[in-house]
Amino acid sequence: MNPRRDVFPHRLDLQHGCVELSHGGGGRAMAQLIEELFLAAFDNAWLRAQDDGARLMVPPGRLTIATDSHVVSPLFFPGGDIGCLSVHGTINDVAMAGAWPLYLAATFILEEGFPLADLKRIVDSMAHAARHAGVPIVTGDTKVVERGKGDGVFITTTGIGVIPEGVAVSAHQAQPGDAILLSGSLGDHGMAVMAQRENLRFDTSIESDTAALHKLVAAMVAAVPGIHCLRDPTRGGLGCALNEIAQQAGAGMRLREAAIPVHEPVRALCEFLGLDPLYVANEGKLLAICPAEFADTLLAVMHGHSLGREAAIIGEVVADPHCFVEMATVFGGRRLVDWLSGEQLPRIC
Amino acid sequence: MKYLDEFRDGQLARGLAARICQETDSTRHYALMEFCGGHTHAICRYGIEDLLPGNVRLIHGPGCPVCVLPGGRLQAAIDLAEQERVILCGYGDLLRVPGARGDTLLKAKARGADVRMVYSVDDALDAACTHPNQQVVFFAIGFETTTPPTAVAIQQARREGLGNFSVYCNHVLTPPALRALLAAPLPSPHRRQGIVQIKGQIDGFIGPAHVSTIIGSQPYEFVATDYQRPLVIAGFEPLDVLQAILMLIRQINANDVRVDNEYTRAVSPEGNRKAQRLMDEVFTIRPSFEWRGLGELPGSALAIRPAFADWDAERRFTIPAIPAIDHKACICAEVLRGVTRPEECKVFATACTPDHPLGACMVSAEGACAAHYHYGRFRQAAAS
Amino acid sequence: MCLAIPAQVIEMKDNEHAVVDMGGVRKQISTALLDEIAVGDYVIVHVGYALNRLDPDEAEETLRLFAELAAATEAL
Repeated sequence: MNPRRDVFPHRLDLQHGCVELSHGGGGRAMAQLIEELFLAAFDNAWLRAQDDGARLMVPPGRLTIATDSHVVSPLFFPGGDIGCLSVHGTINDVAMAGAWPLYLAATFILEEGFPLADLKRIVDSMAHAARHAGVPIVTGDTKVVERGKGDGVFITTTGIGVIPEGVAVSAHQAQPGDAILLSGSLGDHGMAVMAQRENLRFDTSIESDTAALHKLVAAMVAAVPGIHCLRDPTRGGLGCALNEIAQQAGAGMRLREAAIPVHEPVRALCEFLGLDPLYVANEGKLLAICPAEFADTLLAVMHGHSLGREAAIIGEVVADPHCFVEMATVFGGRRLVDWLSGEQLPRIC
Repeated sequence: MKYLDEFRDGQLARGLAARICQETDSTRHYALMEFCGGHTHAICRYGIEDLLPGNVRLIHGPGCPVCVLPGGRLQAAIDLAEQERVILCGYGDLLRVPGARGDTLLKAKARGADVRMVYSVDDALDAACTHPNQQVVFFAIGFETTTPPTAVAIQQARREGLGNFSVYCNHVLTPPALRALLAAPLPSPHRRQGIVQIKGQIDGFIGPAHVSTIIGSQPYEFVATDYQRPLVIAGFEPLDVLQAILMLIRQINANDVRVDNEYTRAVSPEGNRKAQRLMDEVFTIRPSFEWRGLGELPGSALAIRPAFADWDAERRFTIPAIPAIDHKACICAEVLRGVTRPEECKVFATACTPDHPLGACMVSAEGACAAHYHYGRFRQAAAS
Repeated sequence: MCLAIPAQVIEMKDNEHAVVDMGGVRKQISTALLDEIAVGDYVIVHVGYALNRLDPDEAEETLRLFAELAAATEAL
């Protein structure tokens, strides 16, 4: 993309410059930020048209639309950043409807003073994630707030996708007898971010598992169109996701702790801090609930995909008027997997 | 993870549990109290009670320093945090606990108070170094496990002349709390499941793991000599707890009464002498201290010695005594002593929940009621 | 009431600090409560402090006892 030197005689200083209020003001400064930063990274025909909205062709069928805001701190963490997180997160929301994601929109709320070098890093990461996923970012918006009124950058992404014929995925479909499958290890994202917190200072190799799951989902719904429910256990972890589904379905669940994969460094950091991996956020994992007769087929499909190598059948849905999610512990006893009200905090007791 | 996973082995658990079932006397009831909140948590989280025979009952004790912290002391910390130029540092457990007026440190943070969660008291010292123009107050809680680190930090602050660091000391002691439990009068015997029992009778104690690494096993001798109850110090892992239960049952069956140690890999009779010495240098025993749910207990808590007065938040700031009375429906005093079970409390899981705790047993995840709510309440629902 | 975990000392930093490892997670902690600590020792860590050394012989002995009790019961 050639910069238009007559309109923008001085290029943005992407190395040392900072976001200024004028970058959100709707004038030339904002146009330059959009062109030299956002369009340069996201480059596609829709954005090159530079219209306010994008005109799209969508295949026939039911559409799904999902939106997600991203406020993670720190902005950069092992395995990812707020940029790729925002792309993967919304692609995954769309995919959890069993849908194939088509397009993304992205809005940015920038804090005055935020370094352009960091913004470029984030935007490049989003562009890379979107290209790798094959889902273009076709429209967006930028606003700037005064210093002190934002945490550097907040990103909201919205995605639309099309649901294949014959696929009807919803928590309400889960029923007693269904198998519960998990695509891989728990807690990687949440603990990767937690280890970076200034006042915790743990040295670990834990990396966020942030990833776009739509191709895995496509393989799964192709093999088993009768999947009842898909959910990605993000904030609140597997524990909260399953409780939500249980409530929506009006059923209970029985899990087996021994079947749930958790990588050793994640387990170890959870032990240090007194956290339960069941409630730690994941950004590249999914839960699938399907009729029991398809569980093995679904598991095999998941194992055949790079994002499902550690997939496991972790339990089943049961009739339970209280909608409890219970778990058989590795020790042989049972415990409730309660629906936490808020986030876990590290404890000393 | 070495020294953790081996002590959680499910197969060994089955074997130990079978042993316990074999050795219990079916004509009697065994009421065993685990004093330590960490043990309560382990018991509930692993579902240990499912492995025990019906006549062995575990009573969750008051060894949770967050639970027994009076609401007034917590409110005082919140008020401190809201003072200008104060940074209040505390462990994560404290942030959501409601104080006397229903306020929490997290809510104060939302209003603009500088409240910071720390993993270690050393992080609070670092904050004091980084912010020389602000007053860093460390909200110190915990039993004898957590007290020595605070002592080290106060000595370090003195060595470095750190004038903007102080400690709001709420450290409490284990043996006086055990004594209070044992000395409390009990109701008359009654018959339950065909066996005569006394509500609140404790037949034996599972002693705390990590308090004992510091104080050793000797300080518990009075439990056996003065109150004729056995006490077995148990490690933190579920196999340790099962083994300690077996050791207690054997003592009870043999009418044997002594202090025993299951956690031999980390606990010695004399404990960590260096840590004890450091605690003694910095702290002195308060004549009396209020424990939420247990009332005033003599000689049960620590204050900072005059020699370290410059690092005592209670001298640096004016901290008024704030009264805090629990809800009239709260019967935590009975639950903490094992007289009543959490599920027998009328407000359990209705008006009183972890989100809206009315008393000590529900304010922290290790509290008897919170642990039961979070991990075990499905058992009552299934029964009813 | 005291969440503490066993971790291995992998590096001594100075008189009063060491780096420990548990399950691949490393943390610098204070050794101010202990007199003699060596690389390779296992310690019990609570709030960033080593409380005591873990005796590996006693640990093995305890595990052996568990196994013995469990096996004896199965044999019946």
